[in-house]
Amino acid sequence: MNDARKIVLRTQGLCKNYGGVQALKGADFELREGEHIAIVGDNGAGKSTFVRQITGVEQPSSGQMFFDGKEVSFKSPLDAREAGIEAVFQNLALANDLDVPANIFLGREEVYFNLGPFSFLNEKKMLAKAKEGLEKTAVKIPNLRNAIGNMSGGQRQCVAISRSAAFASKLIIMDEPTAALGVQETTQVENIIRRLKKQGIPLILISHNLRQVFNLVDRIFVFRRGEIVGVVDADKTDGNEIVSLITGVKTGVHENASYI
Amino acid sequence: MINSSSTLGSAETQKSLLQRLPKDTGILLVLVGIAAIFEVLGWFVVEQTFIFNGQRLFIMILQMAIIGILAIGVGQIIIMAGIDLSGGSILGFAGIVAASLAQSSEYARAVYPALTDLPIIFPVLAGIAVGALLGFVNGSVIALTAIPPFIATLGMLVAARGLARWYTSGKQVSFLTEDFAIFGSGAWPVVTFLIVAGVFHVLLKYTVYGRRTYAIGSNEDAARVAGIAVKRHKILVYTMAGALYGIASIVQTSRAMTAQSGTGLMLELDAISAVVIGGTSLFGGRGRIMGTIIGVLILGTLTSGFTFLGIDVYYINIVKGVLIVAAVVADTYRQKRVAA
Repeated sequence: MNDARKIVLRTQGLCKNYGGVQALKGADFELREGEHIAIVGDNGAGKSTFVRQITGVEQPSSGQMFFDGKEVSFKSPLDAREAGIEAVFQNLALANDLDVPANIFLGREEVYFNLGPFSFLNEKKMLAKAKEGLEKTAVKIPNLRNAIGNMSGGQRQCVAISRSAAFASKLIIMDEPTAALGVQETTQVENIIRRLKKQGIPLILISHNLRQVFNLVDRIFVFRRGEIVGVVDADKTDGNEIVSLITGVKTGVHENASYI
Repeated sequence: MINSSSTLGSAETQKSLLQRLPKDTGILLVLVGIAAIFEVLGWFVVEQTFIFNGQRLFIMILQMAIIGILAIGVGQIIIMAGIDLSGGSILGFAGIVAASLAQSSEYARAVYPALTDLPIIFPVLAGIAVGALLGFVNGSVIALTAIPPFIATLGMLVAARGLARWYTSGKQVSFLTEDFAIFGSGAWPVVTFLIVAGVFHVLLKYTVYGRRTYAIGSNEDAARVAGIAVKRHKILVYTMAGALYGIASIVQTSRAMTAQSGTGLMLELDAISAVVIGGTSLFGGRGRIMGTIIGVLILGTLTSGFTFLGIDVYYINIVKGVLIVAAVVADTYRQKRVAA
């Protein structure tokens, strides 16, 4: 770990309660410049809850959050995006009836001149930028003007990812980006992540796939029952240690095949 | 899983001939088909042409103009995966307010006895403003309480009708100024409808307004996560619809030159029917102004055709009902195919 690098995102004692349920219990988290980290944990361990707090989808019950050197509290996803955090959500968050550029620019459409909601869309510019963004991901989609709903899961995922990548943000968060994809499409998404690493864009990857995690990231944060129970460097650990942390069973050798 | 690579790139090559035709071809064929049936029946039954009678076509379109304006308003709400049952009632109340300000001073005034003749701009703006205000109430209730739009606008359907009755104490408002007749005379209703349709075609297709309307209808969560102010946009769309009901009320009142609390009863159902027949999905996210126009023409052709053949008009409701259900069945089938 080169601690001289600037801290991009830090959370201190981040908590989230849903009614009486404590979904997140004081998460202390830290991400440095250019770093790719993974968040792993069992279902209900608080991974997605954590992501919802740092992307402004929900507001934490207590705790502090620092991004890019300043304390922040995001009231909405738009706040987080304006600060430079882009997220690819588990459920894709795409509008199936819209085409590719419309989805990539959803909520921040390019317009000719600003008339509020009655601004005219600059479709040409959006199409050109969408093409550019997709070229970064090296994924080919034959007709960008087709509705997203008519495309394969892989193509849609690539659109969602290129939406994040295209806006050259300070941080990209991916929640299970390959959960619904085939082998080849998964490889494509992994290649996109490697390319982001080369470009020096920090990334938080949430994944159940430990092989993927070991291949792609520098550090691994393990969540269990709403707490961060371990932070390990990916090249100084193995599947057994991670599975122990995930399950909370510290001894013995685990049959971790299902995770790898 | 392994052969998933083949799906990348196949989207374009698999397009069938049907998909390459303009989007409203199917519904246009239905319209042409219905007209053709009436034409053929016309030869045999009444020995007249149905289609090649300019006057009949004009009257048909004229009669549909008001429903058409309502349909454009409720159509954009349905595209947003909402619904609005209050169109006819809002038209009734807005119309009676407009009429009360358009009354000629030579006659006893139903609402404001001391009023002199006002320039027609006042009743027109009042009608549109009342419509927009009630639309704003619809949108605000839906956005802020998150109750289903069906319930919120059902409440408005009843309440706006009550408002109209309260406003005139149940009296009819007649004897409007001659100037006010202009919006209902000649081709003006049709021109108004076409202008409204043109403006909303542009709004829905080329502006941020339209993009957000489709996005919310397609996937409201995605729209929210993308940072669209969903609540504010909903209020805006319902308000715009209300303003259109107001415009329709002006055309209606100007044509009838009288307004009463029952004006526009059940018109919202014809408007919704036209939208649905025109290919707009009740699930939201899909629908076009051109389709709605064709839907309106289909309803008009049916009414006109039944009259032309001398068939009792109540049979038409059976045919309309079948058409609406058929349109929704077709849409549901399309949804399933996309989801698969």
